[in-house]
Amino acid sequence: MSATSQEAAPMPPKQETPFRRFISEYSESPVAVVSFIVVVLIVAIALLAPWISPQDPYDLAQLDIMDGRQPPGSRSMETGLFFWLGTDDQGRDMLSGIMYGLRISLGVGVGSAVIACIIGSALGLIAAFAGGKVDTGIMRLVDLQLSFPAILVALMILAFLGKGVMNVMLALVIVEWARFARTARSAALVEARREYMEAAKCLALPQWRLVFRHMLPNCMPPIIVIFTILVARSITLEATLSFLGLGVPITEPSLGLLIANGYQYMLSGKYWISFYPGIALLVTIMAINLVGDQMRDVLNPRLKR
Amino acid sequence: MRKMRWGAAILAAAVAGAPVQAGAQTLTLAVAAAPTSVDPHYHNLGPNNALSMHIYGALVDTDAAAKPRPGLALSWRAVDDTTWEFKLRPGVTFHDGAAFTAEDVAYTIARVPTVKNSPGSFLLFTRAVTGVQVVDPLTVRMTTRGVTPLLPVDMTQVHILPKGLGAEPATEDFNSLKHAIGAGPFRVTAWRPSDRAELARNDAYWGPKPHWERVVYRMIPNDSARTSALLAGDVDVIEAVPTQDLAKLRTDKRVAMAEAVSLRVAYLMLDLSRKDGQPFVQGPNGEALTTNPFQDVRVRRALSLAINRQLIVDRVMEGAAVPTGQFLAPGSFSYVADLEPPKQDLAEARRLLAEAGYPNGFRMTLHGPNDRYVNDEKIIQAIGQMWSRAGVQTKVEAITWPSFIGRASKQEFSAFFAAWGITSGEASNPLRAMVATFDAQKGMGSANRSRYSNPALDAVIERASAITDDARREQALIDATRQAMADVALITLYQQKNIWGMKPNLRYVARADEATRAADVSVAP
Amino acid sequence: MTTWMLRRLIQAAFVMLVMTVIVFIGVNVIGDPVEILISPEADQAERARAVAALGLDKPLWEQYWRFLSGALQGDLGRSFVFNEPALKLIAQRMPATLELAITAVLLSVIIGIPLGLYAGLKPNSIGGRIIMGGSILGFSLPTFWVGLMLIMVFAVQLGWLPSTGRGPTRELFGVHWSFLTWDGLRHMALPALNLALGNIALVLRLTRAGVRENLPMDYVKFARAKGISPNRVVFVHVLKNILIPIVTVVGLEIGGLIAFAVVTESVFAWPGMGKLIIDSINVLDRPVIVAYLMMIVLLFVVINLIVDLLYTVLDPRVRLETKE
Repeated sequence: MSATSQEAAPMPPKQETPFRRFISEYSESPVAVVSFIVVVLIVAIALLAPWISPQDPYDLAQLDIMDGRQPPGSRSMETGLFFWLGTDDQGRDMLSGIMYGLRISLGVGVGSAVIACIIGSALGLIAAFAGGKVDTGIMRLVDLQLSFPAILVALMILAFLGKGVMNVMLALVIVEWARFARTARSAALVEARREYMEAAKCLALPQWRLVFRHMLPNCMPPIIVIFTILVARSITLEATLSFLGLGVPITEPSLGLLIANGYQYMLSGKYWISFYPGIALLVTIMAINLVGDQMRDVLNPRLKR
Repeated sequence: MRKMRWGAAILAAAVAGAPVQAGAQTLTLAVAAAPTSVDPHYHNLGPNNALSMHIYGALVDTDAAAKPRPGLALSWRAVDDTTWEFKLRPGVTFHDGAAFTAEDVAYTIARVPTVKNSPGSFLLFTRAVTGVQVVDPLTVRMTTRGVTPLLPVDMTQVHILPKGLGAEPATEDFNSLKHAIGAGPFRVTAWRPSDRAELARNDAYWGPKPHWERVVYRMIPNDSARTSALLAGDVDVIEAVPTQDLAKLRTDKRVAMAEAVSLRVAYLMLDLSRKDGQPFVQGPNGEALTTNPFQDVRVRRALSLAINRQLIVDRVMEGAAVPTGQFLAPGSFSYVADLEPPKQDLAEARRLLAEAGYPNGFRMTLHGPNDRYVNDEKIIQAIGQMWSRAGVQTKVEAITWPSFIGRASKQEFSAFFAAWGITSGEASNPLRAMVATFDAQKGMGSANRSRYSNPALDAVIERASAITDDARREQALIDATRQAMADVALITLYQQKNIWGMKPNLRYVARADEATRAADVSVAP
Repeated sequence: MTTWMLRRLIQAAFVMLVMTVIVFIGVNVIGDPVEILISPEADQAERARAVAALGLDKPLWEQYWRFLSGALQGDLGRSFVFNEPALKLIAQRMPATLELAITAVLLSVIIGIPLGLYAGLKPNSIGGRIIMGGSILGFSLPTFWVGLMLIMVFAVQLGWLPSTGRGPTRELFGVHWSFLTWDGLRHMALPALNLALGNIALVLRLTRAGVRENLPMDYVKFARAKGISPNRVVFVHVLKNILIPIVTVVGLEIGGLIAFAVVTESVFAWPGMGKLIIDSINVLDRPVIVAYLMMIVLLFVVINLIVDLLYTVLDPRVRLETKE
């Protein structure tokens, strides 16, 4: 149906040093290089948050309500802690809150994309390889899934299951697997016609070996591109769901929830509670999208001049 | 003539979006919770009853402090233990011109149980009535099942309809305004669910004539939207001013405020349904417990003493509450004058915990809703901080109301936060609902989700609520409250304040019952 | 063709049926509507009465059977909250959502096409690069955050536009619309822009790609050689060619916009269908949730059907028989 070019991007003919070639082509755009560095930085912050953040924002014993709603650049009256980005109503350091928030946002986004990728790609490969009724069945399901807007599907699942990190991830996996399935299938169909597959078949290698050892590695590039884009999309979706009050619980605030919590203070001029998490979210999504954009350009032969 | 004025009013509204200009007698008010129907007996819900007050009117009215005062009935008295007599107000007519008589009262009481699909019936207030006798056109007697001293209070919630509506009028016919006929100060002229109702003054109203010829009753549940609508001049009066905007609005010259302590009390319940262990309580190192620490009154008292109620009121509620150690605020019927709100005492709390056998405290999770009460999820975090400082390492979990209330009712939590609106304005209501032992047969303990049970106290409560004499009943309720609080049946935290914001040239008589009555909004002299 | 249509219709009906089961079970998992709806003072007897009044005392399969037989006669149940037919409630809210979605589509075309043309004609100019960078921003920005920022800047700080709500409406064909009054339009400006944002970026990118693809083509060279003015070449010949795919995609996006209006309506307190569903989820108004989902499923089934039909009409190479 409405397959866009990003999904049906088959691998270019094999080069001698594909990885090097990829690096050099990727580096042609300085914006993309900067974005990549930003992504690495963000991932590092998220991973290291418990060690580098000034405060553990989940430990209620470390918070003091007397420090609530301090503007950026103030100091705690009790502990002397310096609040670079101010505090929220509970006296939670916003910088720490954002670091931990990144952890949740990225964790949910990457985690759900990985699971969706495994399930979706496997089903896509099976569809491509088995063909016939299996193929038709799986692809019908994919079409059906893709014909409903992600936000609605996720909304319903969470309305039924309730809040929680696991439930959000489950909803995101259900929303995303179909894109991976479609991408993997079209890539596999292209690969299946190549000579090396013929050769492998002639060697009478077992089927699973054919699919997973030979076909899968060659289908990876388009899947990786989709993966990047979907990570960004899941982060956005998770933030939106949390904003609507259906996402992660208040005790494990993602960036989206931090924004939602701070919003009620906007009218009274306490902008920092909502504004800085918003910036963090924006930078994260932008950087991942820019990386994904450049990867698609590099990996998609049709765009090459 | 009448038609022309109507046309002009509609035109004015269409052109200007109906902001009040000097001299124009249109009032636009924004309520926080949307009424769901114009049928006064469809759903027993605060917002619905607030709208009904404009259109219909009950036998007994309540004043700003929620005390009964004459409404459609001029006076009432207990003839004997099971009979109440109401003397009706003469010369009252309904919007359709029909005269109000005792027959209408009988008709209304009979109509209440016939409302179809009602998710919350007004039977609650009429169930005790076993018979209605029309003595003469202006006298009506109600016989009750058992002693029912609170029948006049119950009657404040039952809005009177004219018998001319016929047998079993349908809710739809109220919503289409065909049957929306009462004896209240206003008539409904338009009804758009979740958006607005429009009211026009009833010039034949029996009470003081309202200043406003026309009222636009808007529903704006979103907090920031309500505040910005007031600041932008789109509306004249808003109810439930969000606490986070209070500090700013109090100094804003474009806004006047009115506030009153409400009948809504915030509380914590500790699960007592279990004897051995708790789902959300572990030992100080995370080990499972074989006992339920809350069974020990010293632990309950320690947790109450660990809370700094004043700090919560100041920092989280922004002053929109008053700390308390009982159900009601000063000035209410059955308020216990010498029962002070507990002061935070961490040393005493730790001592009590040690005495009860928890020198190193324990770990627990406090649950609460995140979308129901003012600042609910912030309150539980603040309490979590305070308990952690007293040695009880507390985690908090805030969940949406639908799943929260379902789980709380099944005793799935070890401790939870909630609030209770005491519509009757006296202590028998919370005592019977939250302190009395859960007993479906007797209708007791319906909101006793901790399953606290104290047979001695049950007897005191039952005796107290069957005394017809007001002074004696008040004393008995005070004694019952004192016992419940001494045993920490539940931990009361604070009474919320109801706060209205309005244009500086307006005044509102702030009410304890959260209702916004257009007739009580006046222009400042 | 007829067999294909028939098969699709049966499939659609099957999808709807499966959805009703999923939704019905799902809604029962969330919580007990009586606990939420009933007055907290209600005692146990009153609770039992309410459960029976709403038909919740029946076993689930019986409730489902009642719903299904009602649905076949066009009755999707009555709202627990409003005691009105659920379909009527949705129909009352639909115009607000529709006018928002359509305004958003118009905005995305009006803003997206000129920017896309510019970026396509001058891909290496600073303006062109800024537009393309901005379009990535348009894709990346979470809708709700942009909505909050729009309110902060235009309503709170500058005070130019109203922050939330729908404002006054005027009746036309028995339906209340906002676009007929100036104040109504002012209320609609921010939410429509917010909803349009992603689509502006989409239209912009499509237009740019179309221009880039068409410019090197022979017909453009030929037209230029004939001495037709460059403006005419772009605005008449090129635009005509790229408009078809754009219109198709934009048309397809209307469904997505209606779905995404859930977010925008929540941010701007816009009283549409999306707001209704969120409110209904919050009070577990089961019949409304189910009815809304049925309507949405129906909407998308129809859209998908139309899309498939359009593909065959537009592209004779696609034969329906092969699309099984």
